[in-house]
Amino acid sequence: MAVQIRVTVNGSRHEKEVEPRQLLVHFLREELGLTGTNVGCETSLCGACTVLVDGRAVKSCTQLAVQADGAVVTTIEGLAGNGGLHPLQQAFWDEHGLQCGFCTPGMIMAAAHLLAENAHPDEGEIREALKGNVCRCTGYHNIVRAVARAAEGGGS
Amino acid sequence: MIGSSIKRREDPALVTGKGKYTDDLALPGMAHAAIVRSPYAHATVGGVDVSAAAAAPGVAAVYTGADVEASDIGGVVPVGWLLPGIKTPAHPILATERVRYVGDAVAVVVAESAAAAADAAERVQVEYEPLPAVTDPRGAADEGAPQVHDEAPGNVAFDWELGDRAATDAAFEGAALTVKADLRNNRLIPHAVEPRACLADWDGTRGEHTLRMTTQNPHLHRLLMTIASLGLPEHKIRVIAPEVGGGFGSKIHHYPDEAITAFCSMQLGRPVKWTATRSETNLTDAHGRDHRSLAEMALDAEGRIVGVRVVTHAAMGAYLSTFAPAVPTYLYGTLLSGQYDIPAIWVRTVGTFTTTCPVDAYRGAGRPEATYVIERLIDLAAAEAGLDPAEMRRRNFIPADAFPYQTQVALAYDSGNYEPALDRALELADYAGLRREQQRRRVEGGKLLGIGLSSYIEACGIAPSAVVGSLGAQAGLWESAKVRVHPSGSVTAYVGTSSHGQGHQTTFAQIVADTLGIDIDQVDVIEGDTREVQFGMGTYGSRSLAVGGSALARSLDKVIAKGKKIAAHLLEAADEDMEFEDGSFFVRGAPSKARAWGEVALQAYLAHDYPEGLEPGLEETSFYDPANFTYPFGTHVAVVEIDPETGEVELVGYTAVDDCGNQINPMIVAGQIHGGIAQGVGQALWENAVYDENGQLLTATLLDYALPRAHKLVSYRLDHTVTPCPHNPLGVKGVGEAGTIASPAAVANAVVDALRPYGVRHLDMPLTPERIWRALRNGEGS
Repeated sequence: MAVQIRVTVNGSRHEKEVEPRQLLVHFLREELGLTGTNVGCETSLCGACTVLVDGRAVKSCTQLAVQADGAVVTTIEGLAGNGGLHPLQQAFWDEHGLQCGFCTPGMIMAAAHLLAENAHPDEGEIREALKGNVCRCTGYHNIVRAVARAAEGGGS
Repeated sequence: MIGSSIKRREDPALVTGKGKYTDDLALPGMAHAAIVRSPYAHATVGGVDVSAAAAAPGVAAVYTGADVEASDIGGVVPVGWLLPGIKTPAHPILATERVRYVGDAVAVVVAESAAAAADAAERVQVEYEPLPAVTDPRGAADEGAPQVHDEAPGNVAFDWELGDRAATDAAFEGAALTVKADLRNNRLIPHAVEPRACLADWDGTRGEHTLRMTTQNPHLHRLLMTIASLGLPEHKIRVIAPEVGGGFGSKIHHYPDEAITAFCSMQLGRPVKWTATRSETNLTDAHGRDHRSLAEMALDAEGRIVGVRVVTHAAMGAYLSTFAPAVPTYLYGTLLSGQYDIPAIWVRTVGTFTTTCPVDAYRGAGRPEATYVIERLIDLAAAEAGLDPAEMRRRNFIPADAFPYQTQVALAYDSGNYEPALDRALELADYAGLRREQQRRRVEGGKLLGIGLSSYIEACGIAPSAVVGSLGAQAGLWESAKVRVHPSGSVTAYVGTSSHGQGHQTTFAQIVADTLGIDIDQVDVIEGDTREVQFGMGTYGSRSLAVGGSALARSLDKVIAKGKKIAAHLLEAADEDMEFEDGSFFVRGAPSKARAWGEVALQAYLAHDYPEGLEPGLEETSFYDPANFTYPFGTHVAVVEIDPETGEVELVGYTAVDDCGNQINPMIVAGQIHGGIAQGVGQALWENAVYDENGQLLTATLLDYALPRAHKLVSYRLDHTVTPCPHNPLGVKGVGEAGTIASPAAVANAVVDALRPYGVRHLDMPLTPERIWRALRNGEGS
């Protein structure tokens, strides 16, 4: 009993049949081969799987693929548009905002949502916005600096 | 190049989602494995009925321990560190007769999709007869406690001691002041954000197995697969570490799951992938810490420490994990002198089996536990003696002119200079101002302010091999590096370490580029693949730069020495008159007589105009075995505020002054310290793995296990001093664990400092609002 969905991911339109129980993250990773979005906990607690759905940061392990029917989804692979680096990607690189890199795609997508809503967040606002995303490597210090730097440069 | 914070070469792939972690990989014909785990902490296993699972849609096969036993693989997980008298009960990869912790593997289902495998795994019927559980490291040794292994009476895996007991007892008898504490070092779950995973690809025609897996040490995993789990010849196993999403120790160890996945692939003749769920990682990734310690310190009338005596019970869990026996013994007892000149120390550690997940090395591994003991004791002593904690430490530091310094617990510190790091930390934190503010609030009211110090020793890059061998290691602890110079002068370096976030592609390339005077774009670094790289020991214990970097430096020296011979021949000069600097070989005193790096590299491969008797090629390998550990140190200052009404505690400031010797890439060094601090703050304030009396893990999800998050932490203030390591070529020391070693004690000391006016002497970690609130009302605390 597969269900037909239409979804635009990183600018490309897809029409696919999916199992009703398939999670959005598995649709992205397995059906579309977009493995940049990682699975860290399957319970929406670590944030590694964060993507943008219609511009809002969503933990894609806790949304069904069928719920994305008709939506516009952006993953880390599509954030920068036509190649190059998005200001957040550049800032994470410049500020050493990542170590193992596993949480990074989700962290950047959560930050992208923040900057879309608040172009010039202060440190407290950045920390509050990222509290749903776990990083075990950086102690958040340089992640916060990276987001602030991207905001200074105009953000997303 | 060395000493500059160049941006990481790893990052463009990782920030764009192009990094390939194990679970991102797929092979044609790949099946998926789901492991059936015991829901009981302790039970006998009767029949295992797999028929319903085997008949489920999409299922390719179901295997149990009986299938492993019927096969010709080894099927067990070995222990890599032995102690005198240690009990090493067998650890089968799939349990057959008895399960000993929640999560113990009993069967595996292989199916066409991960979802089908997970569905079918629920249909495996296992007959369990529950047995009583035992979870406390000290309680496990009590008379009448449930027995985890028949061959380990009293649940004692080992009973180990170090130091001079008689001298220590005598020191206590003559002491002017003694302090004592019963300390619990809380059990932690490592939580690399990437769960463990393995993609096993058996090639039956060649008899070769390729295992792509989450590993910090591919060669060790290959060796343990060969000698115990699979029994395949070592050269027929290839272990590859793709991108690895953090480890913190949890991906050092050899677990049943990766061997089970490899077994499935061999049985089915097709690739099989297993990826842990978060609950599986919490149940089965080797946990950290879990000590109960009776700790005492004796002092003279001037506040000088005359003795330290510690009896520790350390949980080993259900089985001995790979390096577990070393952690609460040689990585712990040896650190109990801290930064202090202590004339008598005695420590006894009893390792006990418990019906819990095994405990093994987790970031810091023994050294955070030791630092916690010694730094809590010295604060207790300072309070008793009426001395400021900073003054108390200063009074007891090993003086700068006393190095090398032989401690009473085996280690010989090669270098150290502790007072400048303390002074700088106090200055940077504005210690005097904080004390004034604390005093003001104690008079005027408001939130309680607590200031905590932690002066730590790291002791890392454990070595030399002959010594660790004599202490029980079943492996050497050297490191290897090969430098391959290509004919056009570019370089590929093969290192035996295995980065999983540490930035080796950058740091090691900086060393190569700087030493050879070539552009960093001319250098690549290869690691994490047993077919590409010569045997190496991997990345853990803050060893990669101090040991692996030293091996790389040695190989570069050999390359330059050979290059000098080639250049000398081209210049018709004597070998011994050659110099090498900034990419140029030249005759000493005649810099115009020179050959560029590229010319020499090319000639090494042309060998047309070439020294007689010299082999062509330019490629050198070193296996570097250090003379000693390295001894990073520093002082951290934590500042907390506590709401006296609710017990809520907030970290409001954190200052760290560390000394890891020379720094190759200060940006990466600072990043290591940041992350380490956060993990240690997590232990002190939030993290706690809790088993109930039935041995159920109550903190198996991230809802119940509180990880440090951005809004609970602060920006850290960092500085460093530089005391180079005197015995390695780069003068470098480890830094990966420093933050985690120092910070739990700093934060715990800060909380107790805030509560002292309420009569609180000690509180166990994690220092939750509830514990603090109770202590505020009861004094003394828990």
